[in-house]
Formats: sequence, structure tokens, C-alpha cells
Amino acid sequence: MKNSSQSQDWDLVIKGHTSLFDLKFKDLWHYRDLLLLLVKRDFVSFYKQTILGPLWFFIQPIFTTIVFTFVFGTLAGISADGLPHQLFYLAGITSWNYFSDCLTKTSTVFKDNANIFGKVYFPRLIMPLSIVVSNLVRFGVQLLLLLLMMLYFYFSPIPNTSFHITNGIFLFPLLVLLMALLGLGMGLIITAATTKYKDLTFLVTFGVQLLMYATTVIYPLSAAPVAYKKYIELNPMTGIIEAFRYAFLGKGEFTVWSIGYSTLVTVVILFFGVIIFNRTEKNFVDTI
Amino acid sequence: MSHPIIQVEDLSKAYQIGQIGTGTISRDIERFVITKILGKEDPFLKIGETNDRSLKGESDIVWSLKDINFEIQQGEAVGIIGKNGAGKSTLLKLLSRVTSPTTGQIKVKGRIASLLEVGTGFHPELSGRENIYLNGAILGMRKKEITRKLDEIIDFSGVERYIDTPVKRYSSGMYVRLAFAVAAHLESEILIVDEVLAVGDAEFQKKCLGKMGDISKGQGRTVLFVSHNMAAVKSLCSRGIVLENGLIKKIDTVENAVGYYLSGDSEAQNQITFSNAYDKKEFTLHQISINPVGSTSDTVLDEYQEIEINTAITLKEVDNSLHFTYVLNNEFGEALFTFSHTGSGLKLHPGLNKVKCVLPKGFLNIGSYFLSFYVIENAKKTIFVEKDIMTFNIQEGERAIGSWMGKEPGFIKPIFDWSIK
Repeated sequence: MKNSSQSQDWDLVIKGHTSLFDLKFKDLWHYRDLLLLLVKRDFVSFYKQTILGPLWFFIQPIFTTIVFTFVFGTLAGISADGLPHQLFYLAGITSWNYFSDCLTKTSTVFKDNANIFGKVYFPRLIMPLSIVVSNLVRFGVQLLLLLLMMLYFYFSPIPNTSFHITNGIFLFPLLVLLMALLGLGMGLIITAATTKYKDLTFLVTFGVQLLMYATTVIYPLSAAPVAYKKYIELNPMTGIIEAFRYAFLGKGEFTVWSIGYSTLVTVVILFFGVIIFNRTEKNFVDTI
Repeated sequence: MSHPIIQVEDLSKAYQIGQIGTGTISRDIERFVITKILGKEDPFLKIGETNDRSLKGESDIVWSLKDINFEIQQGEAVGIIGKNGAGKSTLLKLLSRVTSPTTGQIKVKGRIASLLEVGTGFHPELSGRENIYLNGAILGMRKKEITRKLDEIIDFSGVERYIDTPVKRYSSGMYVRLAFAVAAHLESEILIVDEVLAVGDAEFQKKCLGKMGDISKGQGRTVLFVSHNMAAVKSLCSRGIVLENGLIKKIDTVENAVGYYLSGDSEAQNQITFSNAYDKKEFTLHQISINPVGSTSDTVLDEYQEIEINTAITLKEVDNSLHFTYVLNNEFGEALFTFSHTGSGLKLHPGLNKVKCVLPKGFLNIGSYFLSFYVIENAKKTIFVEKDIMTFNIQEGERAIGSWMGKEPGFIKPIFDWSIK
């Protein structure tokens, strides 16, 4: 009996200790439909029973831009690299929002889905991936807003030609990918840690807010004091946002090095994030 | 020729009780490095304690399952039974990969679909149809697979009219029906089911069990079923695994496994032998036993049997004015009925009397019963009373698949003479 069963091919072996790099990508691929259905769920449940529906996606960036323009532009008089303030902030907010949404939503994935995860197996990575894709929809809508604003400024009675789309636009897919994966990677690490140390949840909420001020969202890198510049550049999001502004508005300190650095950091964080997440998912149900 | 489809080898699962966290971050880090990075076993686990809630363990670690070994063959329906906390749910969780074993392994052939709960991941804002897709995908179905079975699922659920209504407007019954309908149409080689029968009305339970019977017997798929409803386990499964304190106590045919599990109920005793406590002036009471007719008192009593109550008593005086009366009480202490042998015209005689009373087939309903014993003199004077002298349980018998598995109302269910013209 023992011998005959050993010679059989088992489809699945469930055991406690698996290789660190057994990331079950095959499983992930099998469940790809689930990812899309979860995205659809997020989208539909977001606007069901609201009057404005998807318009809500516009409202937050518009108001943030107005407030930023007033506070940082008019009151504080912070430089906008010679760009119209509204465009400058909107570009920063759009890309920052995508990153921070990915990060904050991913960072609570174990807590939010403890019930489902406790009852059914599917590759857990599907959940954070679906969050990243869901947020992409939102990001797309906000990007549309940015483009509309650019058209408005371009064709307004007093044409404003201080901005123009550059060939950096070809890097756009890479930039989106970096924002998504950096947010995802950091979120995965945090959510894995929060299964045991709940304190981190509180840290994320205001940590992300503070991090925004360490990123070039409300000021251009060129306006940063020389003494602090290198620290701001250490933030991988800085390179991404600068490149994003350069691509769409033609202003921003964009270099191959800065984007290369951001890519490297993203890859490393994502790599660790996925591994830690996969380690945690196996037993988190017992501790959460 | 046997084809194991699931093979469980030395499977153990430890849980930490009390405060989670080993105390210090440095110890956490040490533990993390050893277990997660190096992939070794946790040095902070103590080996060798069993999971018994009533005993105080030495460490904060309990073994919810300890070195479990078994094999399940292709097409078998296996019932997993045990008391609360015996490790049933842990075993199901491990099999369905919700959590991973501490040591040991499970080898599986084919896809596993586990139903630890119906309707996992249902979103209240989405319509029934959208939820079928979402839930199906969570359970591992591909979208085109669901589309192919959509009509069948909707039909089975019986909520066709509301299929495009958000499920938050559903009654809880409709919700469960829809959820089970999705699960019932999974195309997996192995189906794991945990107490789904606890929800829903009689008609729905019937449908569930019928479908599960169909899955295991009709389609030859393997079913693992956990339930406290012995009638359901008996009628659905062919083999049973009895778990107790994280250990396997018995793997046998379902009748034997259920019998073993039920006879382990320490409260009920089907036979009491009395010492000199009941050595009275008029009589000596030796023994009272309850058993199915033609069987011994260690047999489990079920709802379909003819049951006999035997009383052994020695009368000391030549006095035939004595007779016995029994009162049967239910678990709430209410008297159900009184019965005695006076009406039969039979008389007790001096010396040893073996008094037998047979309850007709299928007379008592499922439940716990308490028997009180009275000795009456001259049909009016009670000379001896022992209330609740013994306790016994009537268990669920095997029922046809698709029939109602719960308990009917009432304490007795006599079989009357019927005629239809």
C-alpha cells in the first residue's frame, strides 16, 4: 500500500514547510478570473446607491487641488516649477493617490479579508493584486481629469503654453507599474506584519500622509533646499512623480538614474513583500 | 484495488493559546528566522501534549491534531465525527488549505472544493447573478465554467425571480439556497463539507443532503463530511473517522464509528448494577438495563429499534401485593408517561424476578431520557422511589438520503394502525 501510493503522482502536497520561493504562480494564473470579478465587485459596490456614481472619483482630486493651490501656492507661495499651480498639484496628487491607495488598501488585506481567508483557499495574492487593479480604474479616471485640465489651460482665452507633453510619455506605462508595485510591495510587508503587530495599522494611516510631504507632491524637486535634496531623492516615489510631471507637463528633474533607482527599490521591496506575504498567508488565520 | 485520493501522513497542528506573541520582539525574530527563513520546526513548541481542554496544560501550545494518519479512497464518503474541540474543524481547515500543518503532510489527487461555510465572499450590493460568479470564482471555478452551469445553478437555488436583485434584499433562506447552489455545482474530485446542514429549513436540508448523496454515490466523487447530525452522517457516509482530543480514536464503517462515538457519552449508561445500596427490607434491587431487543446493553439505542427494559429484583417476603411502576422523564425533567406491569395481570413471585418490558419499535423519539423507578404496595402505597435512576439516549437511526435529517417534534412517535380505503 505504502509503496503503491508513493509511486503515484499527487496533484497537491499540503505541508507545513515549503520553499521560500514557492510562490504558486500557477495557482495565481488559474484564479485570474477571480481577480477580474473582484475588481468588478469593488467598482460596482463603490457607486451602487450613490447619485453621482463614478463622478466621486473626480471630486476628491478636484477639492484637494483647490486647497493645495490656495494653501501652498497662494498662501505659502511655494514654487510650481513655472507651471500653472492647478496642473502641478493635480499631476502630483493623481500619481501620489494611486501609490498611496495601493499601499493603504493592501496594508489591511489580511485584516479586511480574515473572514474569507478563514473559510476558503485561493491564492491570497489575488486579493492585493485585485486592489491594485481596482485602483487603476480610479487612477485612470483621475488621469482623465488631468488631461481635461491640460486641455482647458491650453485652449483658455489666455493660452498657457508653459507646459507640454514630452517624449517622457513613453515611460508612462513603466511609471504606472512602478507606482502600483511599490505600493503593493510596501503594503504586502505591512499587512504581513500587522497580523501580529496591530500597531502598524495606525502608523500607516498618518505615515502615508507624512510621506507625501517627503515626496515632491506639493513642491518641485528643483525647489528643495540643497541640504535636504538628497534625502528627498532617496524616496523612490520622488523619481516616479518627477518623471510623471516631466512626461505630462515637461517640467521635473527626470534622469535615467533616478528612475533606475526607483525601479531597483521597487523590485527589491516587491520581492520581499511577496515572499513575506506568502509566508504569512499560510498561518495567519491562527493569529489574527 | 484501492486508489487513495487523499493520504494524510503524521499530520499535526499546534495552536498557541492565551496571548499571541511569544513575549519579546527578539524572540519573535529568532522564531521567525528559524521557522520562516530556515524552514525548520519551531523550537518554542513543546512536543507531546494532547489537546484536552479540561486539563491544564504545561505550555501555551495545544495540539489540535497530533500525528494523524489515514487514507481516503476514490469515491468514498467519509464522515468525520467527534465532540466540539476534537480537531474536526482543524482537520478540515488543513485539508482546505486555509491554514497549514505544523508537521506532517497531506497528499491529494485532484481538486479540492471545501465548503466550510456557504456564501463566502458574497457581496450584499451585488445581484444574485453577480454573486454566483464571484462566489464561484472564489471557490475555484473559471468564469466560462460558471457561465456553462449558470442556468442549472439558478434553477437549483430556486430564487430565479430575484436573480438580478442585490442579495442584501434576500431573505436569509434565499441567501443560503443561492450560496449552496453555487457550491453544489463545483466540479471537483473532492468535496469537503462542514455542517452546512445547520442552516436552512427542512426542505433545504433535504435538498442539500440529496445533492451530496448524489455527488458521492451518483457521480463517484469523494466527500468528506463533518456533522453532529448522526443521522445525516450515517446515511451519507460509508466510513467514519472518530476524533478525540486531536487523535484518531477509530476508523471504521460508519455504523461502528458512530456507535463508538455515541457510546463514549459518559453521562448515559444503559445498564446499572446496584450494590447493597438497594438492599431493602422487602426486596433487593440488582440491576436495571436498557437495550435493543436481542442485543446487549452496550449497544447504542436508536429511534427505530424495539427496546427492552430489564429489571432484576429479589423479593424477600411471600407477598404478592408489590408491583413496579416506571416514570419516563424527558431531558427537561417533564414526565412523559408512567407505565407498570399491573395491567398485564402478571404477578411478582418470591425470590429472583427478571422483569422485562418491551417498548414497541420506533416508539421513542431521539433524545435523552431519565427513568424513575417506584415500588408500590397494594396499588396505593409507595414503599420505594428512586428518581432518575438511570439515563439513556436514543440516537438517530439511518435514514434515506433526501429525507429530513433533523428531529421531529415530540418525545414519542408511536406507530399506529393505519388504513386507507
